[in-house]
Amino acid sequence: MKSLFKGALIAAALTVSAFSAGQAEAQTPPGVLLVGQIAEPKSLDPAADTAVNDFRILVNMYDGLVRYKDGTLEVEPDLATSWTISDDGKVYTFKLRDGVTFHDGTPFNAEAVKYNFDRMLDEKHPEHDTGPFPLAFFFSTVDKIDVLDDLTVKFTLKEPYAPFLSNLAYPTGLIVSPAAVQKYGKDFGRHPVGTGPFKFEEWDSNAKVVVSRNDDYWDGAPKLDAVVFRPITDANTRVAELMAGGIDLMVEVPPDSLTNLAGDDNFQVYQQAGPHLWFLILNMKEGPFKDKRVRQAVNYAINKKALVDNVLQGTAEVAAGPTPPAFAWAYDKSLDPYPYDVEKAKQLIRDAGATGKEVTFYVTEGGSGMLDPIPMGAAIQADLAKVGLKVKIETYEWNTFLGKVNPGLAGKADMAEMAWMTNDPDTLPYLALRTDAWPDKGGFNSGYYSNPKVDELLEKARTSTDQNERAKLYREMQQIVHDDAPWAFIANWKQNAVSSSAVKGFKLQPSFFLLLKDVSKD
Amino acid sequence: MHVYILRRLVLMVPVLFGLTVIVFLIMSLIPGDPALAILGSYATPENVAKLRADLGLDKSLISQYWIWLTHMLHGDFGRSYSLNRPVLDEILERFGATLILAGTSLVLCTILGLLTGVVSAVRQYGWADKTLTFVVLIGISVPSFWLGLMMMLLFAVNLRWLPVSGMYAIYGGGDLPDLLRHLVMPSITLAVVATGVIARLTRSNMLEVLRQDYIRTARAKGLDERRVIYRHAFKAALVNVIPVIGVQAGFVLGGAVYIETVFQWPGIGRMLVTAIATRDILLVQGGVVIVAASYVLFNLFADVLQHLIDPRVKA
Repeated sequence: MKSLFKGALIAAALTVSAFSAGQAEAQTPPGVLLVGQIAEPKSLDPAADTAVNDFRILVNMYDGLVRYKDGTLEVEPDLATSWTISDDGKVYTFKLRDGVTFHDGTPFNAEAVKYNFDRMLDEKHPEHDTGPFPLAFFFSTVDKIDVLDDLTVKFTLKEPYAPFLSNLAYPTGLIVSPAAVQKYGKDFGRHPVGTGPFKFEEWDSNAKVVVSRNDDYWDGAPKLDAVVFRPITDANTRVAELMAGGIDLMVEVPPDSLTNLAGDDNFQVYQQAGPHLWFLILNMKEGPFKDKRVRQAVNYAINKKALVDNVLQGTAEVAAGPTPPAFAWAYDKSLDPYPYDVEKAKQLIRDAGATGKEVTFYVTEGGSGMLDPIPMGAAIQADLAKVGLKVKIETYEWNTFLGKVNPGLAGKADMAEMAWMTNDPDTLPYLALRTDAWPDKGGFNSGYYSNPKVDELLEKARTSTDQNERAKLYREMQQIVHDDAPWAFIANWKQNAVSSSAVKGFKLQPSFFLLLKDVSKD
Repeated sequence: MHVYILRRLVLMVPVLFGLTVIVFLIMSLIPGDPALAILGSYATPENVAKLRADLGLDKSLISQYWIWLTHMLHGDFGRSYSLNRPVLDEILERFGATLILAGTSLVLCTILGLLTGVVSAVRQYGWADKTLTFVVLIGISVPSFWLGLMMMLLFAVNLRWLPVSGMYAIYGGGDLPDLLRHLVMPSITLAVVATGVIARLTRSNMLEVLRQDYIRTARAKGLDERRVIYRHAFKAALVNVIPVIGVQAGFVLGGAVYIETVFQWPGIGRMLVTAIATRDILLVQGGVVIVAASYVLFNLFADVLQHLIDPRVKA
């Protein structure tokens, strides 16, 4: 008996030492960057993807007609070298870059551009069945696309639509190889071919996606030999992999770990505010929030600084209004966040006769861009209790939550948490603040805000093709919305990343895309 | 015996059928749908309606189920919404990984559990028994994902003996030693609770058997103590432990959900969690059918084994 037990122990000890003999993990070759992703990509077909996690890979393999200028959300030429917009804002004519080829050797030209958008938009297109294309509505204003010559392509819109260019810079507008789509059909998403700085090598399901340097890249070949994207869904495991050298770069670092890693010379921490807004939708149709004073009181009563510093541990900034500052060109810098003022909030609530009223508050357990929704909801509940509002929290899982909030709060709740991340200052207010965006009309205005002046400003901004003109209109809109307070403006999330100190030349972008062309590794 | 096995196999069919109906109903009852999950912030009613039509979700529940069932019986499990690939490809790949992990854990917990139980029983109230009982109690009580993270910090991050996560090394891996190195931590973590359960059960069964008259008779005959314990007592105790091992197989498969997430093991448990969150009904259905079928088969195997060892158990 004893000897059997001893034998087992010795065998176990031997096995462990055999496995651990020498090195644990084979060393990563130099010039190969290992990136920790938050999930397995759904597809590598840009027309089919909707998640930022997938975009982080896509932007390194594909180019669009235009792209965001480094460090901004303004568009600049990419595969299109220049463009003209007709005076009525309905016709966009692009001159294309000469001599660019897809990774499969086929040429990039006007036909390829037309093919890409027809595939998404035209239900009769032979490869339309390679979808579904959930974000094709980004280009739903496109009426037709004409090939003028090999390197000139003309988009005709049904109506003027100013966000068109920034939508082209979004990953949904990235250009794929028509030959490859025809070859692989529905499986194109697992055999992606683009024109970008890196070309696809392999996709080992649930383990890695490997891309390698495109030596012929038109904008200069990247410095790295290859990039390996590893899906590691658990944030703690991702941090452990980074500390053990299993990955060189990770995004969406949990705040606790960020604080630890920031003090370690072996790692480098990056932060960048993005086009993100975390806010509370207030139900203006019924209950206490019908009264503007109570809505403003909520904005005064919530200690946003404490939320951002303590609950979110510095991973976000206090929001001032409906437009995130990352849209530098359209953001109104003169707008100040509602200060934390308990007395003023109490006064406003008293004036409105709402003291002691009970409100129902929808809180979600998680979800895209929602940060730390449960602790945030609890902190907000405590802040509002101090000014005389009894908050009853109802918590739901993300998809359930969306199913409750998106159809409108009427008859169910007085306020709800929400977060949006967008690529154009038009998107969020247009979809969530207009009268025509009430849930029954197919929008996201779940709190039923309605101000004819805001409606007018947003319609005008959408049809103007002059950026300065648009900026002026958006700034005016922000002032009005700030004062009307249909939402409680809480936070703008800062994206974070941590790399080992061997990684050089990395920069986060306000778009939250992960551009690796200029990154190197010692 | 053959008739018994055949009958059990035939009984499996209504069980699995009922299961698919239940899973389908539950997935339809919980709010939110794949279209909503895919579109996220952009889920306007208009966009949702279009995507639902593209995905075939606008059909009635019964016709959706009927389509799924008829296709499944032809070996076509459909295409996953969230992964954009055939469900069967994904499930087979994932199930292989889970079998390796759960199989290793089951072997580990069986060997260690039986061994610990026997030692404890034979040395009842001795130091070995007390130490082992204490360790077993801790093993049962500690949350396994926490234990996994702690092991990861110690053996992978600080000592760097073992890889943190995954099934194979990203570079230069793919062979058996590489797989085994990746298996050590997840399989031990997964086996801990089941080991404790089996150990406690083996101990109590052994103690009971050791008090039986025929053991005293065997000892009185002057039989070697080792023979008494292994040939007479252990075999008798094993009969009662085997069905529990069958049940533990279910717990190990269930526990794989956490462990696969912590260690990024590309198994079916982690797949199911993601599939449920994204409301990927076809993936959930396919995964559950496979897991349930393997659980039922394993229990059948345990029952047959018990029958073979113990002639008293009638088929």
